[in-house]
Amino acid sequence: MIRRVSALLCAGLLVAGVAGCSSDSTPSGQDGKAAGPVTLTYGIWDANQQPAMQKIVDAFQVAHPDIRVSIQLTPSADYWTKLQTAAASGSAPDVFWMSSTRIGLYADQGQLLPLSDRPGFDSGKFAKALNDIYTLGGKQYGMPKDYDTIGLWYNKKLFDAAGVKYPDASWTWQDVIDASQKLTDPAKGVWGIASPSWTQENLYNTIHQAGGHVISADRKTSGLADPASVEGLRYALDFVTKYKTSPTAQQMTDTDPSQLFASGKVAMFTDGDWDTLTYKNAPGLVADVAPLPAGPKGRATVVNGLGNVIYAKTKHAAAAWEFVKFLGGREANEIQASTGTVIPAYEGLADTWVKSTPQFNLQIFVDELQNAVPYPVSKNTSAWSKDTQALLDKVWAGQQDLDSAAAQMAATMNAALAKE
Amino acid sequence: MATIEATPAAAPAAAGPRPRRSRAGGHPREWVWGYLMVLPLLAGLGVFYLWPIAQSVYFSFTEWGAFGGQRWVGTANYRDFLSDPELPKAAWNTLRYSLLVLLAVPLSVVLAALLNQVRDRHVALYRTLYFLPVVSMPAAVAMVWRWLYNGDYGLINYLLSLVGVDGPHWVSDERFTVYAMAVVGVWASLGYNMIIFSAGLKSIPRHYYEAAAIDGAGRVRQFFAVTLPLLSPSIFFVSVLSVIGGLQMFDTVLMMLGKSNPALAGSKTVAYLFYEDAFLDNRQGMASAVAVVLMAVLLLLTAVQFRLQKKWVHYE
Repeated sequence: MIRRVSALLCAGLLVAGVAGCSSDSTPSGQDGKAAGPVTLTYGIWDANQQPAMQKIVDAFQVAHPDIRVSIQLTPSADYWTKLQTAAASGSAPDVFWMSSTRIGLYADQGQLLPLSDRPGFDSGKFAKALNDIYTLGGKQYGMPKDYDTIGLWYNKKLFDAAGVKYPDASWTWQDVIDASQKLTDPAKGVWGIASPSWTQENLYNTIHQAGGHVISADRKTSGLADPASVEGLRYALDFVTKYKTSPTAQQMTDTDPSQLFASGKVAMFTDGDWDTLTYKNAPGLVADVAPLPAGPKGRATVVNGLGNVIYAKTKHAAAAWEFVKFLGGREANEIQASTGTVIPAYEGLADTWVKSTPQFNLQIFVDELQNAVPYPVSKNTSAWSKDTQALLDKVWAGQQDLDSAAAQMAATMNAALAKE
Repeated sequence: MATIEATPAAAPAAAGPRPRRSRAGGHPREWVWGYLMVLPLLAGLGVFYLWPIAQSVYFSFTEWGAFGGQRWVGTANYRDFLSDPELPKAAWNTLRYSLLVLLAVPLSVVLAALLNQVRDRHVALYRTLYFLPVVSMPAAVAMVWRWLYNGDYGLINYLLSLVGVDGPHWVSDERFTVYAMAVVGVWASLGYNMIIFSAGLKSIPRHYYEAAAIDGAGRVRQFFAVTLPLLSPSIFFVSVLSVIGGLQMFDTVLMMLGKSNPALAGSKTVAYLFYEDAFLDNRQGMASAVAVVLMAVLLLLTAVQFRLQKKWVHYE
């Protein structure tokens, strides 16, 4: 018995000792310039992009041998959950990916280090619209990383088999509806299009193509109950419920629509440029991408982009800034472009990205910037986007009619916006 | 002042001096040692259980900002939670799920009894097979089942189609989700239950069976007359744990259904509401209130089970 107790005590001391040691190993304090290498953590959410991010980290470490960077990949479904919990307990990654939907909350609550105060800060190589996403109260908190637009991906084999002309810039909504009906072949288990209740890839675009809007320009009121917005939603919903040329909400829950497209079960799918690598690597898939079709009020696609930010409570602020400065530089952006990973935010590199994957007409994603509308956000976007998404899911599952849901979405969103 | 004279302190003095005795009845050193021995355990219990519970109760009366910082709000969280329109459905789902998972108890009793008959060489193999789900990652388990349950390409619906049944979308249609999750719950708990039951079976002396056989009892009669009553303490233990586990059901909902599922709204459990409050909506105070209510319900149900055990559990 005595032996067991002393073993337990030893184990306890060991744990305490390790804890003591580890707390001594970070003497650098506020400035990473102190002796010894520092290790930064870099939080990202896309496994597709991890190889490119690792290449960038490797290049950075060559230039800065005293700073190590370790990438922390969290699947996008859990990224914000984990990040917010970590941030609340003071242990978020030193540098991490940020999106337009969350920057308001994080910057407003003092979780991010303002970058524009840092020595050598230069955002001159990024488009103003991208810098604006990360600028709050006159300070810039994020270094633009990339931008994304949406295109109409199509399966060439299925189009050929059904004798349908490939989509191009002249297509309208009606062309997509006609094509989806010709392409649907229940006997072969092929659908003409996949039209899920997803917002960025699908509904936010159709809303704007119909002349509607998600949020007012002053970010004070919801536009989701606007008749034009409802028309945009109905166009996307009709594929599922009226024409039955899209898999049902249940089917798209069981099997992700991008997976259905990659495996040749779906002929058309509107999706962002970030899935380029997925479709490039999908075995047996012969696909290409066209601009989104024009709606009653013309063409529109939402544009969004990611940024790199520094956690306000990082222990290595100076080293983190060195890394973010590198991420915002030409070399890092060239790696993102040449690997075909994403459209880099850095000016003049879009062409490198387009040429990285010649089998796809990636130029359309760059050209669509002319028709781009900003991705709808407010200070605390997630406060309303979760509830509106739940209602959209209900409509898609046939549990609620679109008109009542639209009114309800607008009311929920207005209530959330009033609290900001 | 008669009351003062009647105080207990005055009583021993009137009765005269008594020999001092320690509580353990022996030398005081003995109980000091006893407490010292359990101190590490008590310390762990305090740090990892009692203190967090106390904190949760405190936090349940507060409101939190997105990144911490609390404000006292009294019982507002409890009122909000108990009037949450999602609560009745979630409570009903939780209850249904817990009762369905209790089916694993009789099933694992029978399986454990059968396993007890198997020759020793194969016992290890069967035990491993049944125990595998317990040591597998819940997330991996959920992903595999999600694939099995796929409405269009899943193995289960393929097998059903062979006998002419058009299977539903098990995990994206709320009419079926609770049953789909219960099947996974039963399957996952069999191994753990069986380990406890086989230990219980091993402790039943062989001579009871010999006596029963001499009295002319067959296998089935022996099972009901000897095995079941003598196994009842284990059955009670497993039932209590199953109900606790069932009421805390969360991981299968999150992993197997996912966050953007049209069936999610109709399949939430109380523990899932807690997760939503704590980690999606960042209402930690509200989440603490949910946790406290859930703990109270669990304590109550466990107390009821302990009260009822006198009617059916036989201790030797």
